[in-house]
Amino acid sequence: MPTPGSPLLELVGISVSFDGFLALKNLNLQLAAGELRAVIGPNGAGKTTFLDVITGKVRPQAGDVYFRGRSLLGCNEHQIARLGIGRKFQSPRVFEQLSVQENLSLAVSEPKTPMGLLRHHLTSTQRQRIHHLLDVVNLAPRAQHRAGSLSHGQKQWLEIGMLVVQAPRLLLVDEPVAGLSDGETERTADLLKSLAGDHTVLVIEHDMEFIRRLQTRVTVLHQGQVLCEGSMDQVQRDPRVVEVYLGASQEQQP
Amino acid sequence: MTLFFESLFNGVAIGSVLLIAALGLAIVFGLMGVINLAHGELMMLGAYTTYVVQSIFKLPPLEPLFGAYIFVAVVVAFLVSGLVGLLLERSVIRRLYGRPLETLLATWGVSLILQQFVRTVPLAWSTGLWLAALLGLAGPPVVNRLWGPRQRPWLLRLGSWAVAMAVGVVSAAWIRGTLPKLARASARNVDVTAPRWLRGGLDLGDWTLPIPRLVIIGLTILAVLAVYWFLNRSLWGLRIRAVTQNRAMGDCLGIPTQAVDALTFAMGSGLAGVAGVAVSLLGSVGPNVGGDYIVGCFMVVVLGGVGSLWGAVVAAAGIGVLTDVIGAGRLLEIWPRMPAWLQGGVEFFATTSMARVLIFALIVVVLQVRPAGLFPQRGRMAET
Amino acid sequence: MANIRSRWPQLLLGVVGLALVVALPSLVSPFRLNLLGRYLSLAIVALGIDLIWGYTGLLSLGQGIFFALGGYGTAMHLQLNCHGCSRAPGGLPEFFGLYGVQQLPWFWEPFHSPWFTLLAIGLVPAAVAGLLGFLVFRNRIKGVYFSILTQAALLVFFNFFNGQQKLINGTNGLKTDLTRLLGLMVGSDTMQRYLFWLTVLLALLTWLLCRWLVRGRFGHALLAIRDDEARLRCLGYNPTPFKTMVFALAGALAGISGALYTVQSGIVSPQFMAAPFSIEMVIWVAVGGRGTLWGAMAGALVINMGKSLISEAWPQTWLFIQGGLFLLVVTTLQGGVVGWFQEGGPRRLLGRLGLRPRLSTYPALALETRQEGED
Repeated sequence: MPTPGSPLLELVGISVSFDGFLALKNLNLQLAAGELRAVIGPNGAGKTTFLDVITGKVRPQAGDVYFRGRSLLGCNEHQIARLGIGRKFQSPRVFEQLSVQENLSLAVSEPKTPMGLLRHHLTSTQRQRIHHLLDVVNLAPRAQHRAGSLSHGQKQWLEIGMLVVQAPRLLLVDEPVAGLSDGETERTADLLKSLAGDHTVLVIEHDMEFIRRLQTRVTVLHQGQVLCEGSMDQVQRDPRVVEVYLGASQEQQP
Repeated sequence: MTLFFESLFNGVAIGSVLLIAALGLAIVFGLMGVINLAHGELMMLGAYTTYVVQSIFKLPPLEPLFGAYIFVAVVVAFLVSGLVGLLLERSVIRRLYGRPLETLLATWGVSLILQQFVRTVPLAWSTGLWLAALLGLAGPPVVNRLWGPRQRPWLLRLGSWAVAMAVGVVSAAWIRGTLPKLARASARNVDVTAPRWLRGGLDLGDWTLPIPRLVIIGLTILAVLAVYWFLNRSLWGLRIRAVTQNRAMGDCLGIPTQAVDALTFAMGSGLAGVAGVAVSLLGSVGPNVGGDYIVGCFMVVVLGGVGSLWGAVVAAAGIGVLTDVIGAGRLLEIWPRMPAWLQGGVEFFATTSMARVLIFALIVVVLQVRPAGLFPQRGRMAET
Repeated sequence: MANIRSRWPQLLLGVVGLALVVALPSLVSPFRLNLLGRYLSLAIVALGIDLIWGYTGLLSLGQGIFFALGGYGTAMHLQLNCHGCSRAPGGLPEFFGLYGVQQLPWFWEPFHSPWFTLLAIGLVPAAVAGLLGFLVFRNRIKGVYFSILTQAALLVFFNFFNGQQKLINGTNGLKTDLTRLLGLMVGSDTMQRYLFWLTVLLALLTWLLCRWLVRGRFGHALLAIRDDEARLRCLGYNPTPFKTMVFALAGALAGISGALYTVQSGIVSPQFMAAPFSIEMVIWVAVGGRGTLWGAMAGALVINMGKSLISEAWPQTWLFIQGGLFLLVVTTLQGGVVGWFQEGGPRRLLGRLGLRPRLSTYPALALETRQEGED
């Protein structure tokens, strides 16, 4: 068991290169339990690669990832997911041939083995969780529809629903509001805020208004490194952040 | 020492047949992601082409040149199989890019049709048919190149097809008349007579190198070098590689991607035809001759690493040498005093078909360690 | 919650079907009945292929291995227990005498027992498939690589069985016609009638099993593997045991199918493992409709009947037709015939012919209510 003060997730000196291109270099980051953290950064800053490292899709060349004091290196994607790390992908990835409800019940099922699915029915708590989530993400009327027939925004929400219904300790949310309307964006922000506390949430987003609305600590990634950390206001005043976003002196950087 | 060289030579010989057969497949699979199960049948067409060419060269006016027919056969086989490949790409494969499993099924259907085609259509008529198709397609571009663009393209096309049809029918009728062997359809195997210089062996003291094997090794080396040069040094090769890496970008740069697709596939198919010439030197030619090679070819491509030319070379050589070492029970000669239980095992696998059993097992083992083959493609592209 | 009124067409269908199955042996000639029985047993292997390919997205070109293993198991048992057959010295099955084999190979021994044989028909192919599948899936080898490897495995087994005269009579195969089972000659009309009924029963049971698997969350997980395996991993699923299990199950079904086919065709030979036959199996499923159980079964039945009828009339044309079917299925009829009906193909066809029927309701709404009613 981790001691109360120790971080839930800790990345130490992570470096990843693709054919010589350094996507992440010596990245360090800590996340406390119950925290809601936003990660921003210009295109190519390594945001998605950084999630790939945590979820085991990409093996770093150097560094280590600790989750609740345990190294995640050498774990498969499904083992990491079972440890309690859930992920929502950048463009919504739901199972389009399955209905909304079937998508959610795959996410909620436990244990996630062939025999587990064949032998056990969903428990009533699991069913309640699905119904609750259907209401939260506003998809109750469409529960029996194929996920492929949903709109882009609805798919985003379904994927968030799948993520939450898994009941992970850590939620990695990659661009949750891309393609959502203003109202939906607000609701998403409220949903993520309400999840923090019980869960630890890490959000990657481009939409600055959305980040501001989260009212939380922000980490800025740039060229595979942490540029600065702080509240949204602090970060926005930081000259280095202004520089990388407005590209004032890109040429000076190697 | 002799044993070592003999084994090495036999292995390289077996491997070179595999490699020349796999070369076209490696291109089509590696560059286009198309699983061409009709590849064996394209080889079969090449082998039959060799048979037709050598039959024609047996006729009195050409007989003095009989020794050289094999070179003509290589060119004609390349053209015939390439043409069939071109038609195949334009009609079917084009619709299936990005869906490799579907290309697998479609090309299997094509292979059935080609097999049955050879069984039911007399060689004389199919010769006329391919000749006509070749002339009809090649006519307009050649005329345009030689005498400048025509005023009425449709007239040119019509004219060239009319000429092509006439030539096709006349030549088919002529072959029918002069070579009665080619006049009837037959499912039976035929034998290609090798020219005299291709028979026999090269004496090297203790042992002899069979000449056909040497010629195939030479042909394979030539083909590999040609493919390497074409892909890495020529303009079309550059275009092919560009389209493979990023089709949309290639389109934007004005590369005629559809022409690139057609050319790549036709070239892969043409190489199958050349492999067919090689195969016809080794045994009799029948409608099923392609099926014997196709799985071996895929093993070469998968073991070498898809998209890697040198991987295919190494894999083919490796499989060839192992086939010889296991299939001929060489281990017994190297190590005569091996324990009885091991000896039993070696003898059990000492046939060509049992050697295949063991080699497949070994390939599965290798893929356990290197799932993407011996020389995998790296980078972000390779993930998808 | 469907009440009896909405079920009555199904009930009627069941009753008529049952009556037909019971009466069929007296309606058609023993020859046709035997063919029908064989094709029904092929429907079982087709169901297995549908599970792995239609639902899980793994195209196996090597189902012939498992089909033949089931057949060989049955034939070995029948040859060992053939009272009154002519025998080689030492009481061995006759063919051993041709090669001068004195002692029964060790792996024949357990096939003396009928119970072992019954188990082995399903479990041996399942074990082989499971092992092969595990080694392949563990490394995330999928798509066309899997297909190529299964085809290579098929070739290996074919070579092995073809070359081993002293063990299993090599290329000649094992005959079952003149052997006896439960006191009846296997090739006799009476026995063939029983075997037909047995095949119908097993095909029905297999269908029910597959339906149960496919309709639950297990089936949903299979579809998820087919459509987006990486996403499913991130939900905490390990696809490897799912794929291994379903491949082993398809292997077992192929084994059962092969056993039934062997006793009805009278022989098992390495030809069961010829590459074209295994790919043919795929086309039954593709034409019938991958991802639909009915489609797979109907495809196996209809195509094989068509094959035998057409081959009787015009033997030259069948390969052309079969080749054409492959092209048709991948270019225009991707959902197969059943898929075409489900996607409203007949209505579109009518529309194209200028006979579009009037719609009284908004089509999407009609679709949605039907889907809701189904669950």
